[in-house]
Amino acid sequence: MKTALISDLHANRQAFAAVLDHARRQGALHFALLGDYVGYGSDPGWVVDQVRALREDGAIVVAGNHDLGVTQGPRPTMNDDARAAILWTRAQLSESQLAFLASLPMAEEEDDCLYVHANAFDPTGFAYVQGRLEAMRSLHATECRYTFCGHMHEPMLYHLSGTGKAGDFRPQPGVPIPLLPNRQWLVIPGACGQPRDGNPAAAYALFDHDTEELTFQRVPYDVEAAAAALRAASGLPAGLADRLAQRLAIGR
Amino acid sequence: MNDAHPTPASPSTPVPITTPLQPGQVLDGFVLEARLHQGGMANLWQVRRQSPADAPEGETFPLIMKVPRIKGGEDPASIVGFEVEQMILPALKGPHVPRFVARGDWRRQAYIVMERIEADSLRPRLDQAPLPLVEVVEIGIQVAHALTDLHRQHLVHLDIKPSNILLRPDGSVVLVDFGLSRHDFLPDLLEEEFSLPMGTGPYMSPEQVQFVRNDPRSDLFALGVMLYHLSTGERPFGQPTSVRQLRRRLYVDPIPPRAIRPELPPWFQEIVLHCLEVRAERRYQSAAQLALDLQRPDAVPLTARAHKLQRSGLVRRFKRWFLALGEEPQAPASVGAQVARSPVIMAAVDVQGATPALLEALREVVRRLMQTEPGARLACVGVMKTNRLGMDELTDAQGRSHHVQQLIALKNWAHPMTRELALEDGRLTFHVLEAPDTGDALIEFAAKTGVDHVVMGARASSVIRRYLGSVSAQVVTQCTCSVTVVREPPQPDDPPPPDSPPISPSASN
Repeated sequence: MKTALISDLHANRQAFAAVLDHARRQGALHFALLGDYVGYGSDPGWVVDQVRALREDGAIVVAGNHDLGVTQGPRPTMNDDARAAILWTRAQLSESQLAFLASLPMAEEEDDCLYVHANAFDPTGFAYVQGRLEAMRSLHATECRYTFCGHMHEPMLYHLSGTGKAGDFRPQPGVPIPLLPNRQWLVIPGACGQPRDGNPAAAYALFDHDTEELTFQRVPYDVEAAAAALRAASGLPAGLADRLAQRLAIGR
Repeated sequence: MNDAHPTPASPSTPVPITTPLQPGQVLDGFVLEARLHQGGMANLWQVRRQSPADAPEGETFPLIMKVPRIKGGEDPASIVGFEVEQMILPALKGPHVPRFVARGDWRRQAYIVMERIEADSLRPRLDQAPLPLVEVVEIGIQVAHALTDLHRQHLVHLDIKPSNILLRPDGSVVLVDFGLSRHDFLPDLLEEEFSLPMGTGPYMSPEQVQFVRNDPRSDLFALGVMLYHLSTGERPFGQPTSVRQLRRRLYVDPIPPRAIRPELPPWFQEIVLHCLEVRAERRYQSAAQLALDLQRPDAVPLTARAHKLQRSGLVRRFKRWFLALGEEPQAPASVGAQVARSPVIMAAVDVQGATPALLEALREVVRRLMQTEPGARLACVGVMKTNRLGMDELTDAQGRSHHVQQLIALKNWAHPMTRELALEDGRLTFHVLEAPDTGDALIEFAAKTGVDHVVMGARASSVIRRYLGSVSAQVVTQCTCSVTVVREPPQPDDPPPPDSPPISPSASN
């Protein structure tokens, strides 16, 4: 069975639709959504409705910091853009959409796989897995062989051997990587809705539970349409919309 | 999620197999028939599928199972090396690697099932060294072809040695044991694991000694060690047993092969010592470039390497030792990056038939290609038409001088470019092919020598061309590599009046 791992959707309808379509054509029957459905993008309502429908079909759905931010109001550690985007997003969502976001768990565990937005050692603190040290800390904090998390917007693969040595790897899209079972793996599929590694194409990953192969994917989508939708969004400050649209275009 | 293989325990905790494997035993649907080989790191079993219906389509070959030998509890080197091979082998394809079939879970019983290659390794040939030169050269060509293929698949083997090379009856080779290999697109499990250089002592490249694990030129160094050993019967760097001894190759050069066996030709020594250069950027830049020289010894440009009869003196050695102390090797960004920047470019030049304007245009296109790719290798090729039937002595003598004249003309054509780009140290060779059919000769040369890109000229259309087809059209349709066809620059419709100055500078040198 193949699970599509999708994270950091950030209300980007065009990117999410392209990724869902791509994943289904690759044979994904199961979805794991790793948080941050809203914030930054122009279409939070549509994205949340899709996520809710997927969850009803059995998808794993965990909460991200932006989702909590929208339901609880912005947190003091957020930067100005994030704060403004969250306040705008809150105004776009219905009561039931907000209630759905508020109901999401911080982490899910299933068949040796941990699904969590930021890390395993402090899921609600949202510390970033920026390198081997944090990856090791996260892998030590779970019994699960595989950890799938988002929060970092660049695709990355970490591994920890039985002898305690950690390694990192910047993946190449489209190449299957066997995640051998005698070490622990931490997978960051990269951002679907706001890539930041200089490549504007949407990122996600596919994990085949039977062959234990992981394949990172990049899906080109209509960035111009997503940017235009941001600039056309009513109520979003023009300067902010422009900055967000520009980030999408250059993938930063 | 592992419902395909129901086991009594939960899928996350398979029951380990603790008793030694026995003939007749069935493991994950594979029947162990006989143990073929007991090695230091792994045992090889002949296996077959318990129910042949399980075989995927196309699996019509015999199978072996490679099972790691774990010595006295946990041995990180063999465990991680085996994991690396389990990860890398499925990513490789083509005739130079065994086909991957299945892998076994470490927590139960680790193994790899793969295609059984019906061939012996080159290891026994080492005991027969020195081998006849033709044989050594043929082995070198075949291994270089296999390396070209693997390097293009973004893999550097890093443990090239006779025991890892299987020689098929048809002379082609299969490379095995990818336990130390590095693939651009797969995590390097070995990188962080060990604090000692990884490789086999006699064959390890200087940059491997310095922990570089992604340079395809490391495999060319190891192949050079093998060619040296097979042709002289001696190891160029002995059998080092410590890191200090390993580091000696950074500053002590080997005894030149011709000092051991004076009958070896200078071109062969040139090739071997070119492979054994300490700095990777002074070696052949790709396996295809090495294969080209091994296949065309007469075109190998001889440098001081070819004529050396003793190692460098103590002063030189001391200087190198001193420089090697703080030296960091220049590693490429990746295997793929090194392959991409080291193409073999073939300029097919009709020095006698083409117009000066076309020759100049052709040279300009080749010059631009060579300038953008500092690792590129240029082969300038001309074809001398011969009769299909044998020649008598008189025409043979004429043929010789004709051949030499063509060579001179080719070099003259290339000269403005080679001077400007300072193409040196084997980056440039000249070849005059003798063949009845120009197109066939060019296509065969490109295929055999692993040319990446052919650049050739095409004259304006003529009546004969319209009916018979042009050489360039034949090369474009039949060559498997990229072909650039350079057209004759447009000429003014009316010839200029006789007293006007020339329109373009002269094409002569």
